[in-house]
Amino acid sequence: MKTSHAIGGGRFAVETYEFGSGEPLIFLHGAVGLTGMDPFLEDLGKDFKVIAPHLPGYGESTGGELIEDVTDAALFVHQFMDDLGIKSAYLMGHSMGGMLAAETAAHDTSRARKLVLVGPAGFWIDEHPIPDFFAMDLSEMGTYLFHDPKSPLAQLFLAIPDDMNQLADMYVERVKRLSMASRFLWPIPDRGLKKRAWRIAAPTLLLWGESDKLIPPVYAGEFTKRIKNARLTTIKEAGHLLPYEQQAAFCKAVRDFLKG
Amino acid sequence: MKFTWFHLMPYRFLPDDFKEKYRSVWVDIPRDLYDPKLGHRLYNDYLDQLEFADQMGFDGLGVNEHHQNAYGLMPSPNIMGAAMARRTRNANLVVLGNSIALYNPPIRVAEEFAMLDVISGGRLVAGFPVGTSMDTNFCYGEVPATIREKYNEAHELIIKAWTEKEVFAFNGKFTKLRYVNLWPKPLQQPHPPVWVPGGGSIETWDFCAEHDYQYSFLSYFGYIAGKKVADGYWKVMAKRGKELNPYSLGFAQVVAVANTDEEAERLYAPHMDYFYNRCLHVYNGFADAPGYRTQSTIRSGLLAQVGREAALRREGMTWKDFVDQGYIIAGSPKTVRDRLTHAMKSLNCGHLMILMQIGSMPPELVRGSTELFAREVMPHMRGMWSGFQDKWSPSPLPESERAMPAPLNFKRAETNGTTVHSAPHDSRSAK
Repeated sequence: MKTSHAIGGGRFAVETYEFGSGEPLIFLHGAVGLTGMDPFLEDLGKDFKVIAPHLPGYGESTGGELIEDVTDAALFVHQFMDDLGIKSAYLMGHSMGGMLAAETAAHDTSRARKLVLVGPAGFWIDEHPIPDFFAMDLSEMGTYLFHDPKSPLAQLFLAIPDDMNQLADMYVERVKRLSMASRFLWPIPDRGLKKRAWRIAAPTLLLWGESDKLIPPVYAGEFTKRIKNARLTTIKEAGHLLPYEQQAAFCKAVRDFLKG
Repeated sequence: MKFTWFHLMPYRFLPDDFKEKYRSVWVDIPRDLYDPKLGHRLYNDYLDQLEFADQMGFDGLGVNEHHQNAYGLMPSPNIMGAAMARRTRNANLVVLGNSIALYNPPIRVAEEFAMLDVISGGRLVAGFPVGTSMDTNFCYGEVPATIREKYNEAHELIIKAWTEKEVFAFNGKFTKLRYVNLWPKPLQQPHPPVWVPGGGSIETWDFCAEHDYQYSFLSYFGYIAGKKVADGYWKVMAKRGKELNPYSLGFAQVVAVANTDEEAERLYAPHMDYFYNRCLHVYNGFADAPGYRTQSTIRSGLLAQVGREAALRREGMTWKDFVDQGYIIAGSPKTVRDRLTHAMKSLNCGHLMILMQIGSMPPELVRGSTELFAREVMPHMRGMWSGFQDKWSPSPLPESERAMPAPLNFKRAETNGTTVHSAPHDSRSAK
C-alpha cells in the first residue's frame, strides 16, 4: 500500500510502500528506485511489516537536494526510523540500497536487528571493474541486470512506452533518479564503506544472484571478510535483479534468515 | 561584425572504418589510434593555421578544452593560448574556454588566464564553459548532479580573485582557501571579457544575462537549427530589459569557401563527412549523463549536441542536405557571403566563431579557404551591426606599449673553450 510520511520536521515528504504487519522490515531500493510493482515486498509482507521508502529525489519523495552523500543518506534513514517510531528493525537493501543499509548499520550499531544485503554496491575491485551502469542503454541494461534478458519479466522492465508524453515523463523520472544515485555511485561506487564496515554488528545475510553481471558475486568476499557475522547465499538463475527474477527463492532465503 | 577563427584541432587520421569498428570518438577511444609523431605535425600545422588567421585579419583566434578524444586535441587550451601569445600580434586569444568546475582549486584558471592576458598584452577572452558531459562526467569523474553547483562556485571564486583588492579567504562548499591573492593579476581591468560557450542549456542564458557575459552557442547543427536557441536567448534578454546587442551573442558555424560552389563540394565534402561521421561519432551512453542537463532543459525539448538523436538526424544526409539545412555554409565567395549575412542577421549575431578546418582537412585547403574568406567575404560583412558597441571584446595595450619577442638570431662566439651566447636586445622588452 502506498502512503506518505513527513520526515525531519517536513524537510522530506517520503513516499513509502507498506505491506503486512509484525516485526518491521525496512527495504532500501537500488539506483533505479521502486517500480510501484514490486511483488517481493508484498510477499514478505505475509510475515513482516514491510516498509519500503522511496529515497528523497525518487518518485514522489522530496528533499533530494538535502542528500548529497552517503552520510546524508544514512542520517536520512535514521531520521526516517525515528519519525516512524522504530528503534531497530530488520534492515534490507538492494544494490545501492544495500550500500546505504550497510552505512546505516555501521553508523549506529543498534539500528539493524539483522541486515540483509542484496547484491550490494559499496566496493571496488580493480580486477573486477563494475560495468558503467550510467552509460548504458536500456537494451544493454537488460544484459547486465537479468539472468535471462529475454524473459517476459525482463522485457516488461525494459519496455519503452509508445506514447510520446509517457516516454518523456519516464525519461525525465529516470534521469532524476539516476542523478540522485550518481551522488553515491559516480564514477566509482566506493565511498569509504571499507573503513566503516567493521563496525557492523548485526547478523548479516548477503544474497547474490549467481549470474549477476553488474556487481559480480566475487564482491561478496569484500563484505564477508569485513563484517564479522556475515554469511553468503547465492541464488541460481538470478542476475542483479534477483528479488524480481527469483522471487520465491529470494523470499525464502530472507525468511529463513530473519526467522532463524 | 567580428570574426573569430576557431580551431577544434581534430585528429585527422582515424581509419575509414572507424564508425563501424569503434563505439565512440570520445572517452574510451583506443589509445593506439593516436600516433604522437603525426600528433607533432598536427599541433604545429594547427598553430600555423591560427597564426595565418591572425595575419589575414581575423579578430580572434579560438581554442577550447576537451578530454580523451579525437574530436579536439586540446586537454589544455591554455598551452595553445601561450603558444599563440608569442607568435601572433593582433588577434584576440579566445580561449573558449576552461571548464572551471574541473580545476582543483579553480583558482588555477584565474592564474593561467591572468598569465595569458599579461603575456598577450591584454588580448584574452576568458571562456567559462561547463564542459560536455563526456569531458566532465565521464573523463573527469565529476558527479553529474553537482557539476553546475560546482561551476557556479568556481565562477564566483575566479571573478572574486580577479577583482578583490585585498587577500581574502574563500569558504566554498567545494573549495576552501585561507588565502586567495592572485599573482599575477590580469592586465585587462577589472578582468578579461567573459564568454560562456553553451550547447543549449537554458540556464546559461540567465547566467549570461545576469553577469553581462557574452553567450556563445556552439552548435553542430548550423544556423537554421540554431535559431531556436538564439531566439530563446534573445527572449530571456528582452524579458530582463537588456539591450539586444548582437555582440552579446556568439555563434559557431562551419564555413568553407572555394572559387565556385561545385569546387567547394569537390574539395570539402570528404572532410565534412569525416567531421560528422568520425569526429562526432559519440557513444550515446556518454552523450548526456543523468543529471548533466537539468530537467527544465530536457523538458524544453532542445536536442543534446551529440549522441543517438543527433546522429539519427544526420543519417543519410548528402552534401546538398548539409548545405541546404545550414549545417555548413559553403560555396563560392558570393554564396558564402549571402548565406552567412542572412544567417547572422537571422540570429542577430555579432560574433561569428568560424570553423574552417573541418575534420580531416589538410593544411593547404584550410589556408585556401581561409584566405578566400578573408579577402572576399569578411570585408563585405564588416559593416554589419555598426550601430552597436561591442562591449565583449578585449581591450589590449596600445601597440606602442607592447613587448616584442626578440628575434631568434643567436650568435655563438667560442673563446678558449667558453661558450658565450648573446642575443640582440629589443628596446621594447620589459625593463
